[in-house]
Amino acid sequence: MGLTSKLGGMGVVTVKLEDAINWSRTRAMWPMLFGLACCAIEMMSAQASNYDLSRFGMELMRPSPRQSDLMIVAGRVTRKMAPVLRQLYDQMPEPKWVLSMGDCASCGGIFNNYAIVQGVDEIVPVDVYVAGCPPRPEQLIHGIITLHERVKQERLDDWV
Amino acid sequence: MTVSEITTWQGDVEQLKGLVSERALSGETMVLNMGPQHPSTHGVLRLLLELDGENIISCVPDVGFLHTGIEKNMEAKRYEQAITMTDRMDYLSPMGNNLVYCLAMEKLIDLDVPLRAQYIRVLLAELTRINSHLVWLATHALDIGAMSVFLYCFREREKLLDIFEIVSGQRMMSTYFRPGGLWRDVPEEFEPAVRDFLDYFPGKIDDYENLLTSNPLWLDRTQGIGFLSADDAIRLGCSGPTLRGSGVNWDIRKAIPYSSYDHFDFEVPLGQHGDVYDRYIVRMKELRQSLHIVRQALDNLPGGPVRSNNRKYVPPPRSELGQSMEAVIHHFKLWTEGFRPPEGEVYVRVESPRGELGCFLASDGSPKPWRVHFRTPTFVHLSALPHMAKDHLIADLVGIIGSIDIVLGDCDR
Ligand code: SF4
Repeated sequence: MGLTSKLGGMGVVTVKLEDAINWSRTRAMWPMLFGLACCAIEMMSAQASNYDLSRFGMELMRPSPRQSDLMIVAGRVTRKMAPVLRQLYDQMPEPKWVLSMGDCASCGGIFNNYAIVQGVDEIVPVDVYVAGCPPRPEQLIHGIITLHERVKQERLDDWV
Repeated sequence: MTVSEITTWQGDVEQLKGLVSERALSGETMVLNMGPQHPSTHGVLRLLLELDGENIISCVPDVGFLHTGIEKNMEAKRYEQAITMTDRMDYLSPMGNNLVYCLAMEKLIDLDVPLRAQYIRVLLAELTRINSHLVWLATHALDIGAMSVFLYCFREREKLLDIFEIVSGQRMMSTYFRPGGLWRDVPEEFEPAVRDFLDYFPGKIDDYENLLTSNPLWLDRTQGIGFLSADDAIRLGCSGPTLRGSGVNWDIRKAIPYSSYDHFDFEVPLGQHGDVYDRYIVRMKELRQSLHIVRQALDNLPGGPVRSNNRKYVPPPRSELGQSMEAVIHHFKLWTEGFRPPEGEVYVRVESPRGELGCFLASDGSPKPWRVHFRTPTFVHLSALPHMAKDHLIADLVGIIGSIDIVLGDCDR
């Protein structure tokens, strides 16, 4: 039988509940399908054939915030978009994480002006920042793995 | 500014007067909001739709969710620094944006560009067009439901990005074109990489066409949808494949050749019916024409320098710095202060993958541009969208948006 033979007939595996839950959270983290600007194109590349984010349990990008765990803010956030972004964040069920992709989302990037929110952390809490303009898909994947490492350290009561 | 201070439009029906029909105000038809977070609006486009059942009565685009203030920011940068800003406007064709801005600067200061640089510019601009059309095809097909095309297109696109990385060190935001030529000559690996691509890609276009061109589902979803007559297309200011899909022969590369496009032999594909399908066909044919131009440019690539020798505007090569005091002075002046073009105004246009991309540049004689303005195709095409979407089903709207190939960064800047 599939799993039993793979486990070598070990019978029972004991694990801390916290570890098991965190592990499952990292293995099927669904990002929200939500692109803002240039960085979104690199996010699509990371999803597509050559980089294939589904290797990390992310084959499903959910267009609806209510079905997603991870918000990848890919691109510059303008003053006009900021309330929308915050609303989307509020609509996501907990536990939820935010990854700020690119210089613009992290700190305003090269656009220090009236139109751009100087870092998306002004409006939503950010867990991982990925630098680059735009970051390469490898960098995004590295950011996501960093986030996974972080999630593995989380305590269950962080989210209650 | 905190979140609570930022307010959005709260939905006062009175404000909708004139935008939607009277029937919407009485509640007979439904007003539906689409976007700005919607998977098939290609970014952050918001549409206000008035629906009668599933039929679109009117459609009001709301743009500006990606307004970045690029034009204003460019005024605070020196001419050459500002090139980095242009990359980020239409992020699917960064080299096209670099090109139009560099051409504007060159026209303003009457700067010569060596032939080799012009050819490499054409070559890279055409590769950028292929790159942009690949993303268009990927997302357009994905919107209509053909997932595999998306994966194939992005696979091919990586090859192009590798080429851009070879020349400029960056995958997308290359900033490779500079006033008077290019940042540096192309490295050795460039030619074999482009030749590889030229051999590899035509078969892939056939693959896409096999998947889509005569696929009955694709035909059903695209033929007769989003009709735009030639007169309307001209009246609404359309350009590029959107205009040519309606059968109007207007391509700036042919009509007002720039950057030595007149040295190349290529055709301008035209559609007949002006629907989503014809715009698709036009772009697919453009892919082949672009390859044809790239091949010619590579075969006939002249030798020589890739940057002008006008030391007032173009920094001397590194090798000269050790030998000539004058070169050191030029270098120092250009990198600390920048150059001062004469006072004046210019307007230059190029054929970007989406249509006519224009750049208006005004100088007051200082090292920073006084005003830069871009005439971008997506903005104009979005104003034609209500006309195309009228009386269609809401499901078709997705295909129509895809067929005009919008990039919101291009629209909002
Ligand atoms: S970081 Fe660069 S690539 Fe990303 S959205 Fe900003 S300008 Fe575009």
